[in-house]
Amino acid sequence: MRLRDHRAAFGLAVLSVVAVVAVAAPLVTAGHPNAQGDIVATRFLPPFAADPHGAVHPLGTDRFGRDVWTRLVYGARISLGVGVLAVLISVVIGTAVGAAAGYLRGWPGTALLALTDFALALPRVVLLLLLAALWRPSAALVVVVLGVTGWMPIARLVHGEVRGLLVRPFVEGARALGAGRARVLWRHILPNALTPVIVAAALGVGNAILLEAGLSYLGLGVQPPTASWGSMIASGRDTLVNAPWVATAPGIALVLVVVACTLLGDALRDALDPGAVRRP
Amino acid sequence: MLRTLWQRALAGIAVVAGVVTLTFLLLHAAPGNPAERLLGPTATSEQLAALRHTLDLDRPLTVQYAGWLGRFVHGDWGTSIATGRPVWTMLREAWPATARLVALSLLLAYGLGLLVGIVQAARSRSRLDTTLSVVSVTLFALPGFWLGLMFVMLFTYWLRVLPAFGAAGMDADVLTGWPWVVDQLRHLALPLLTLTVIGVGGMARFARGAMLDVITQPFVAADRAKGVPEWRVLTRHVLRNALGPLLTLLGLSLPALFSGAVFVEAVFAWPGVGRVMVEAVQSRDYPVVMAATAVSAVLVVAGNLLADVLAAWADPRVRSAPRQA
Repeated sequence: MRLRDHRAAFGLAVLSVVAVVAVAAPLVTAGHPNAQGDIVATRFLPPFAADPHGAVHPLGTDRFGRDVWTRLVYGARISLGVGVLAVLISVVIGTAVGAAAGYLRGWPGTALLALTDFALALPRVVLLLLLAALWRPSAALVVVVLGVTGWMPIARLVHGEVRGLLVRPFVEGARALGAGRARVLWRHILPNALTPVIVAAALGVGNAILLEAGLSYLGLGVQPPTASWGSMIASGRDTLVNAPWVATAPGIALVLVVVACTLLGDALRDALDPGAVRRP
Repeated sequence: MLRTLWQRALAGIAVVAGVVTLTFLLLHAAPGNPAERLLGPTATSEQLAALRHTLDLDRPLTVQYAGWLGRFVHGDWGTSIATGRPVWTMLREAWPATARLVALSLLLAYGLGLLVGIVQAARSRSRLDTTLSVVSVTLFALPGFWLGLMFVMLFTYWLRVLPAFGAAGMDADVLTGWPWVVDQLRHLALPLLTLTVIGVGGMARFARGAMLDVITQPFVAADRAKGVPEWRVLTRHVLRNALGPLLTLLGLSLPALFSGAVFVEAVFAWPGVGRVMVEAVQSRDYPVVMAATAVSAVLVVAGNLLADVLAAWADPRVRSAPRQA
């Protein structure tokens, strides 16, 4: 992938900046994300306003006088963390199921593929709502729930790749040299099957971040007072008239990050697929 | 062809049955029970036991499941634990609102997305293509619930032109004729706009890809070499051949739009299945959650089946294919 590809450059730049800011949160913000000052004096301050203590709030404050910029930065930790970890779970499950389904002959392979197709036909958001509401909502639960509802497309991809690779000469060669089934799968087939998984993972992170925000918005995800972009939007819902910045800022951050993931995924797909002729 | 459709229909029924069973098991595997939730922390153990008995919760899981399934098939969907109303009535009242919203936005988003995708494929690699790509990626990334709030801010609070909540005004019962239609449309406007805008991006991306996949094939070059006018190449040759994946997209986008509708309904207090579902999930209202899940699974499966039929109608190769893996 060349960085001359503007999509890749933009996606990487946005994601790097957000990741660095999230990691360095204490350095780029002043104070704790849940810190409340004198509520009456500091609530609903517009962006760039200074409170009575002289502290400047670049994105204003919310109804409890909490600094929106600080909460946005700490919320990035949740969004990125949940998105990446959830997709990691999906990739592990999806690769395992897809590889097994492609590699195993007879009914076990067929059964795994049927299971994948069945899971693929379930309405994901309905399943998410169900799972998220059953146990006590938390960031960890959201990671697991998004992970176990997102592995099916990856399993399908890996299954297709493994099937295609099985008949290739180098796999036959490895077998002829006496490599066992596990070694052939692990050392020769899987590394070659992972290319489309990388693309799917990049796109999946964006999707997972959106779903996490949606669940938190409905109160089924990360719980207040912990800052999450979804719950920040929910808390800004009632103050759209007098403090629109509370709901606007995390929404823009969400869109930026998801656009970055999507563009990076698109660029990766075009770069990794030599047969692709389409480039914008 | 009929045989394939029949197999798809059977697979669809299996999916719905699987969803319902999974829902039932999950609801019972989760900690906490509705009896405690209904009666609150001050309930005595006798009161809890009595309520558990009334709700059938004290019987073995298999018996509960068999009983529920039997009643469900006969249209007896039980009563909501939270509202005390029959579940059948609640969902019967809710589903037309969701169907109206999702069907209209599917139509609009699909038409617009297709149009944008075709324009992009026709002007591939031009500045217009790049601009439209940026726009569609951005729309694709918009969270529906946030976009909904932004529209409320703009159209309700700032411009004061459209209502933000519900499917009808307070005076809807006394309105007749034209004013009633206007009231309905005004309430539909923002939820429909939100759902359509978030749908268009994905559709356009997919349509562009499907068209470009066909455009690079040798027969298109042959058409052009023969001197077939470009618009005719696009409409008669490229679009015709891209129609298969595009019709599949129609079926696949139904679950996505339904998912979007869950959030959009929550934002706009739209009285549909999504809102019923969210409220039931939040109050752990077992009968309503199970029925709403089943209804949404049926909607999604029906959408996929419809797309299969359309794809077979549009593409003779699919119709005559002996069997698909």
